[in-house]
Amino acid sequence: MNDTYILVAVLTVALCTLATRMTPFLLLGRKKELPPPVRYLGSVLPPAIMATLVVYCLKTINFSEISNFLPSLLGVTATAALHLWKKNTLLSICCGTVVYMVLVQAVF
Amino acid sequence: MRLNERQESPQTISVDFLITKDTMKDWKTAFYKTIPVMCGYLFLGMAFGILLQQAGFSPIWAAVSSLLVYAGSMQFVMISLMSSGASLPLIGAMTLLVNSRHLFYGLSFIEKFREFGKKWFYMVFSLTDETYSVFCGLSDTEKTPALMFKIALLDQSYWVLGSAIGALAGAVIPFDTTGIDFAMTALFVVIFIEQWQSFSSHLPAIIGLCSSVLFLAILGADQFILPSLVTTVLLLMMLRDPIVRREEGERNE
Repeated sequence: MNDTYILVAVLTVALCTLATRMTPFLLLGRKKELPPPVRYLGSVLPPAIMATLVVYCLKTINFSEISNFLPSLLGVTATAALHLWKKNTLLSICCGTVVYMVLVQAVF
Repeated sequence: MRLNERQESPQTISVDFLITKDTMKDWKTAFYKTIPVMCGYLFLGMAFGILLQQAGFSPIWAAVSSLLVYAGSMQFVMISLMSSGASLPLIGAMTLLVNSRHLFYGLSFIEKFREFGKKWFYMVFSLTDETYSVFCGLSDTEKTPALMFKIALLDQSYWVLGSAIGALAGAVIPFDTTGIDFAMTALFVVIFIEQWQSFSSHLPAIIGLCSSVLFLAILGADQFILPSLVTTVLLLMMLRDPIVRREEGERNE
């Protein structure tokens, strides 16, 4: 494999990734006061994006096979239930992950 | 007087890297906040390193791309693009498409990141899904440049470290780590619940959830996220009045 090609390819991916992260700052960062619609969006987007990211993580699950969707479903349920009950971030994440790992490694 | 000023200025610049009681406390908090990301990044990073090395690339590229690119899913796509010798315009277009969701993350931090001075660039560069989520989970008093910068830095170190380990020694991990990357999903679930509870109007969360599920069903796993986020933004703008009224009503009571 040609090293120059790899380097240029990696740099291309790096620059394009940076471009996606930088765009809102370049478009709106110069102004002293943010326009009210942007300030509004910035404050309400986090819950909407977190919901999208949860779906994004689960995007490959397939409901026609139990062994495919049940570990994810139970892992998410365990995490959510524990968090609603104990409100301890680390505890919820650790237990949810252990539930999922046991299910994919030992049960299914 | 002049002399004194000159002697003092280097200290104020480097204070962030001195180990004082306050910076130690920030490092501890940053570490605690990023433990879930550590679980995910170390092992996903290893998976990336292993795949890259198996595809015939030198291990050094694992560390280089995790340092310069720092975008989880795109780095996996990058391996297959490079293996097939894809053209640079194609690689660039794929990157813009896969990472288009990042366009929306900065919107919540435009004003906050102004407080970071020279670290502004790094904060923008390192705003991954996971770092964004950890930031969203911070309380208003925790959103200080000192803490947020350390969180961003720790997150990327896990990713770089994982990639390097995977590329160099991936085959010798002594235990079965299958499924450990679920820590990332769990992190998103937990922060989603906290966001849900901290807003009086649940419309933004419901819109995000329904729009992503709907577009996933229609367009499939590879193409849903951008149309879903654009629709979410449009709906949020259309429903601005009721959402704002709900949020402000709650605050006045």
